[in-house]
Amino acid sequence: MRKIFLPLTKDIIKSLKQGEMVLLSGLVLTARDAAHKRLFDALKSGKKFPVSLKGETIYYTGPTPNRNGEVIGSCGPTTSSRMDPFTPLLLKHGLVGMIGKGERSKKVSLAIKKYGAVYFITIGGAGAYLSEKVKTAEVIAYKDLGPEAIYRLTVEDFPAIAEVL
Amino acid sequence: MIKIVDSKLITGAVKDLFIKANTCLRPDILSALKSARKNETRPKARYALEVIIKNALIAKKKKLAICQDTGMAVVYLKIGQSLAVKGDLKKAVSNGVALAYKESYFRNSIVNDPLIRKNTNTNLPPIIYTDIVPGNKINIKVVAKGFGCENVSKIRMFRPTDPVSSIEEFIVDTVKDAGSRPCPPIYIGIGIGGTLDKAVALSREAIFRPLGRHNKDKHVAELERSVLKKVNNLKIGPAGIRGKTTALGVSILTYPTHIAGLPVAVNISCHATRTQEATI
Repeated sequence: MRKIFLPLTKDIIKSLKQGEMVLLSGLVLTARDAAHKRLFDALKSGKKFPVSLKGETIYYTGPTPNRNGEVIGSCGPTTSSRMDPFTPLLLKHGLVGMIGKGERSKKVSLAIKKYGAVYFITIGGAGAYLSEKVKTAEVIAYKDLGPEAIYRLTVEDFPAIAEVL
Repeated sequence: MIKIVDSKLITGAVKDLFIKANTCLRPDILSALKSARKNETRPKARYALEVIIKNALIAKKKKLAICQDTGMAVVYLKIGQSLAVKGDLKKAVSNGVALAYKESYFRNSIVNDPLIRKNTNTNLPPIIYTDIVPGNKINIKVVAKGFGCENVSKIRMFRPTDPVSSIEEFIVDTVKDAGSRPCPPIYIGIGIGGTLDKAVALSREAIFRPLGRHNKDKHVAELERSVLKKVNNLKIGPAGIRGKTTALGVSILTYPTHIAGLPVAVNISCHATRTQEATI
């Protein structure tokens, strides 16, 4: 399996083939429903924005809390299509990668192509296995959302399949 | 003879059941996943099953949640009519849920109000169903239901004259529409008959049946086999990356119904189907 180092560049994305299995290493952000809604509302209203999306990859997950001495709890992918209403605007603001599970809407697939981005899927329901691929985790925004806060993760050899690009 | 059970015992049992459900994959599911791995020929499908099996082993060893969506807690109590509970039964159940999620660092996934949506930070409240049965024992069944698969579950009210083939079509279409969202390979619980709510209740109860067993009614067992075959012909495959195993099993429960109706509920449950039960 090919190793891909984040952040994703245009060249890396161009080199990916649909259905290719890769191992991702580097920095990702986490965000799911509630964080997406807040990010979307902030972008729409021109309010202060807690993170830059430029060149970023978002992993759709809401982990279980970490126990003493552990980096993170169980952290598998959540259903990506719930983020579909918010995704085109995030892509417009520089998002280039997404990791989740399940199909995307036609509108999102077109936006992914338009902005030269990529959507990866990973193995749903494998939260314990995937937690071992996370080396650091830190909440960087929306702490009040608990499991739905935005985390900055460092992943290493995180398995993913290029699904839409 | 009336037996008295201290509610503290119920709290302890509920807590243990939710911890076990969320960290130890059911042995029937684990063995079905292993058989599926042998049966798959596509390398990607085998890889996905390999990861899912490894995930279950890591979760058990580390006492870590199988899936980060540790679910909404649903508790079914069958209470013997000759049993009396000392203390507050429903509070005892809630306390058991809260303790399990807090002590095991499970995710708190419940919001206080479906429209305002503020996390309760305790995973409370649970959903509690009670039933009165003969005897002096209490049977506790729990489900930690994740919403990836809950969101793709469906119900339809058929005409009583609709052919069985249309029911099959509905189930297969439901699985097809769900695609990879419910974390396949899935376990499909189906309730046929009763009323709207009864059909859903049956579809829930159905997934407690160990995989590999069939309904005792021959015509229903045949339907289970036929649906499973058709669903697996969809080739959605493990984790939705195409393959032979879209579902591990189909479990149907039926109930008498009205002359004017034929309710069918399809309860889709992920490969991390988390159910446990105990009797006190």
